Amino acid sequence: MYSEKVMEHFRNPRNVGEIEDPDGVGEVGNPVCGDMMTFYIKVKDGVLTDVKFKTFGCGAAIAVSSMVSEMAKGKKIEEALKITNEEVAKELGGLPPNKLHCSNLGADALHAAIADYLRKVKEKEGAKVCRCPYCNQPVSGETEFCQPCGVKIIRCPACKKPLPKGVTTCPECGEKL
Amino acid sequence: MRRVYFDHAAATPLLPEALQEMLPFLKEKFGNPQSLHHFGIIARDALERAREQVARLINAKANSIIFTASASESNNLAIKGFAGANRAKGNHIVISAIEHPSVFEPVKSLKRQGFELTVVKVDQFGRVDPKEVAQAIHSGTILVSIMHANNEIGTIQPLKEIVKVCHEQGVLVHSDGTAAVGRIAVDVSELDIDAYSFSAQSFYGPKGVGALYIKPQTRISPLIEGGFQERGRRAGTENLPAIVGMGKAAEICQRNLSTWSASMNRLAQRLRDELPQKIERILFTGHPQERIPGNVSLCIEFVEGEALLLSLDDEGIAAASGSACTARTLKASHVLLAIGLPHAIAQSSLLLTLGKDNTDEDVDYLLARLPAIVERLRNLSPLYARYLKGEDPYAVKSGQEENHKENN
Repeated sequence: MYSEKVMEHFRNPRNVGEIEDPDGVGEVGNPVCGDMMTFYIKVKDGVLTDVKFKTFGCGAAIAVSSMVSEMAKGKKIEEALKITNEEVAKELGGLPPNKLHCSNLGADALHAAIADYLRKVKEKEGAKVCRCPYCNQPVSGETEFCQPCGVKIIRCPACKKPLPKGVTTCPECGEKL
Repeated sequence: MRRVYFDHAAATPLLPEALQEMLPFLKEKFGNPQSLHHFGIIARDALERAREQVARLINAKANSIIFTASASESNNLAIKGFAGANRAKGNHIVISAIEHPSVFEPVKSLKRQGFELTVVKVDQFGRVDPKEVAQAIHSGTILVSIMHANNEIGTIQPLKEIVKVCHEQGVLVHSDGTAAVGRIAVDVSELDIDAYSFSAQSFYGPKGVGALYIKPQTRISPLIEGGFQERGRRAGTENLPAIVGMGKAAEICQRNLSTWSASMNRLAQRLRDELPQKIERILFTGHPQERIPGNVSLCIEFVEGEALLLSLDDEGIAAASGSACTARTLKASHVLLAIGLPHAIAQSSLLLTLGKDNTDEDVDYLLARLPAIVERLRNLSPLYARYLKGEDPYAVKSGQEENHKENN
């Protein structure tokens, strides 16, 4: 039923496991439907330096996870995002028609892990850069006055973000002022 | 490589005696049982002798046996044939939630033609409550079809009580006996049942031949018309080599059934006792006592059934599973869902069906190989990782459901 390549990856899957302190985690599928895949990634300078996975699923699902991890490892994020289901199936020497959905799941789990990573990066950047609500110039950490325009920075007592003029609730965290 | 066959629900090896009996009918005894000449007479005699052998296996009269091509055909003939013959009396049919597709698909197709259908549920062990069957019956009910034993979980139904409550209300009863015949003693006269399906490959006969028992004086409309074979109830030249093989297999099965069952029971019990000592989180399905010999049906949590089967096959062990991934339809076994198992547990189903030729060495071999297979697959499994961390392995995280729907 399965190609030799699929069986080989099923018998000796690459990159099985979890990454401690991963930069991104993607989980797709659902035990309710059958298959479940979790991908863990480590990113350095925009490159996937490590990819690991855990899969609950059939032979095809396990082989697909293994193949996706192998294809993604060492790739730049932009390239890894271009990995398609068709490519995964092709690399595996084809999949039976009723197992093609497993290849969807593999690429999706990888892409979900990358999306998780990108979201975390954005959050971190957002946390680092606070801007003056009046002149929109970056203001550093705990400063009381905006350096470029000299205005007094009023901060939300809950989240410590600078507050715009005249608001009664913090637009960042929703704290009542 | 050592080969161990634990999939007797799918197929059984042909008895050598049955093969010997069949060979002349593939060679010189090629006559048509309907012919009047010498060749025809030899064929007809063989046909009727096989009919007697098969009838004896279930304690029936020979003329109440119709030969078919499979138990699936027998089920179709019983259901559509009774529906056709009794249309004037009513249009309501009752079946159980764990019937074989060859029962529920013909019933569904009758439903599309205007028949009414009631599906009686089963309990956690897969048993039908005869009281519920009685309650499902109304004045328009023409047929109740409840399988004798379930092929997937091995549970035997209280068939005699079911027949009794149906007959009290004048309703005919058919039973799919595929999983029962060849494993337990079946007596259709004692059951007082109106129709009973089974096939030769349940008891080491050839493939491509089955039978339907019809109680004398019961009317049935044929599915295949255009010939006088099987007393007008199934047209087409008889598959004589297979029928002769079925007859011989029935005769041998009848003689050896208690020995075979005792052996299958003992080995199955070994598996039930010893597997949980080697593998944690195993769940046996089906009724603990009321079950057919040789059926060991279980769920090994956190591993998927198809992955188990592929790994077992790599070790030379043949088994089956009710997992969605093993089904062409990608749907989990309706039987496992009907007994109340969640999808993720049904997904980890493993079905071992033993036969008369299995040995203690076969059981030892499975017990030696399966734990390592399970360990390897569990180490791949995110569900097992959650379990080890003390989390709920089957918790559904938000967003996953839609994600999967899109993928399908």
